Amino acid sequence: MYSETVMDHFKNPRNVGRIEDADAIGEVGNPVCGDMMTITLKVKDDRIEDIKFETFGCGAAIAVSSMVTEMAKGKTLEEALKISNKSVVEKLEGLPKNKLHCSNLGADALHQAIMDYYERKKGRAGRKKRQREKVEPLEKPEGHCYCPYCDAELPDEAVVCALCGKSTVHRGE
Amino acid sequence: MDTIYLDHISATPLHPEVKRAMIDYISHSYGNPVSQHHVGDAALETLEGAREKVAGLINANPEEVIFTSGGTESINHAIKGVALARAEKGKHIVTSNIEHNAVLKSLRMLERMGYRVTSISVDEFGLVDPDDVKKAITDETILVSIMHANNEIGTVEPIAEIGRITRERKVPFHCDAVASTGVIPVDVQEMGVDLLSIAADQFYGPSGVGALYIRPKTEVWPLLDGGMQENSRRGGTHNMVGIVGMGKAAELAREEMPQRMEHVLHLKKAFIDGLGFIDEIIFNGHPTQSLPNLSSISVSYVEGESMMLLLDEEGICISTRSACASGSLRASHVLLSIGRDYAAAQGTLLFSFGMENTVEEVERALETLKKVVATLRNISPLYRKQKGN
Repeated sequence: MYSETVMDHFKNPRNVGRIEDADAIGEVGNPVCGDMMTITLKVKDDRIEDIKFETFGCGAAIAVSSMVTEMAKGKTLEEALKISNKSVVEKLEGLPKNKLHCSNLGADALHQAIMDYYERKKGRAGRKKRQREKVEPLEKPEGHCYCPYCDAELPDEAVVCALCGKSTVHRGE
Repeated sequence: MDTIYLDHISATPLHPEVKRAMIDYISHSYGNPVSQHHVGDAALETLEGAREKVAGLINANPEEVIFTSGGTESINHAIKGVALARAEKGKHIVTSNIEHNAVLKSLRMLERMGYRVTSISVDEFGLVDPDDVKKAITDETILVSIMHANNEIGTVEPIAEIGRITRERKVPFHCDAVASTGVIPVDVQEMGVDLLSIAADQFYGPSGVGALYIRPKTEVWPLLDGGMQENSRRGGTHNMVGIVGMGKAAELAREEMPQRMEHVLHLKKAFIDGLGFIDEIIFNGHPTQSLPNLSSISVSYVEGESMMLLLDEEGICISTRSACASGSLRASHVLLSIGRDYAAAQGTLLFSFGMENTVEEVERALETLKKVVATLRNISPLYRKQKGN
């Protein structure tokens, strides 16, 4: 199902953990859809000196997190902002079609962490959540979900994605 | 690396004697049981022999059993066939909210055609209250469909009690007994069902073959129109090698059931006892009214597919019910119905045991699971949040 590179990053994830005195934090996802990602940064002279991640999610989500931190480490913030979801998937030698949502979380978390860094530098209190998908509390998730194939936001209990037409219903056996 | 197969709910391996019977059949036999020459007659004899064995497993008469391509076809046939045949009497169907997708999607299709469906909620253990079925039945109700044992949490429903109600109200009763038949006793007379769906690959028979029990005088249309096969109730040339396998598997399941049940229950107990070493695990399903071969657990703070993949790396095969693994958006409707929150539902694993498994295998699976859970919790932001670093 997964490429060798994905399995390698999944089984031996790089940069796992949380930087305690982090200069920035990026957090995306929610447990309703089964994935949640936190990226912490240490920045020096506008360069990502250290980066760590924590992820609740499937094999793809963990591999994406690992890869995006590898790609961002040592880069300037400007360079890191150019890391796209697509380039992460390419580096991983592809992901199954229904894992697009998971793959998008990686670069989103990174970009959010970088934006958080800029915000903090400007002296604004608090960090801005990801616009499109806010982190929801575990106890009362509002239920925002995304198509696993095309990552379009879907309404509650949608059985078919309106954008790509793929079925979103539990496969079971 | 040795394979430890703990996924019998997905499909059982073939029983060696079933495999022998199937190989023997395709080595020496051919022909269509509908043909009226001697080759056809021999095939017909084999077909009817298998039918007797399958009927024997569920205490039915052979002529009340038709062969299908598996559990999904049987369920589609029962639900759509009754709905279409009885459309003029009413358009209301009663079911539960933890049914298999074959039931749910068949009903969804009927809803699009103008039928109405009442879906009964289950309790925290996944049990349907027969009283709720009684209350849900109206004069318009043309079918009740409730599963025998749930394939995700193992809960065994009070089918006989529901059967008494449907008989009293004279409403046809379909029971999806795919997960239970061949594992625990299934008796269509005691259960009071009018239709019952079963599949061979739940009791060491081949995949792709199943059966539907239809009580005489039940109004049901064919799902597959075609030839005269199965008394014109199911068209299509028979899958003879599959049917031979199913017949043999049914015969063996009936003979060996007490020993098999004792063995898998022993393994399930060893598994549950051993799980005490992992903290924050939720057991899904009813503690006693449940399948002896299935253990459904929700591991907090980690996701199911990642656990399944890491277990597979160590040779251990299990199922997960996380959304990610199924290519869907959400956690399983069954787990949400019994009150699991989203995160717990995403961390749900099914361990299902078989007669070829040993206690040593279960112990090795437990050891590996313990390591896998620790590894994944270590990188889980949910775990850290809960533990306050």
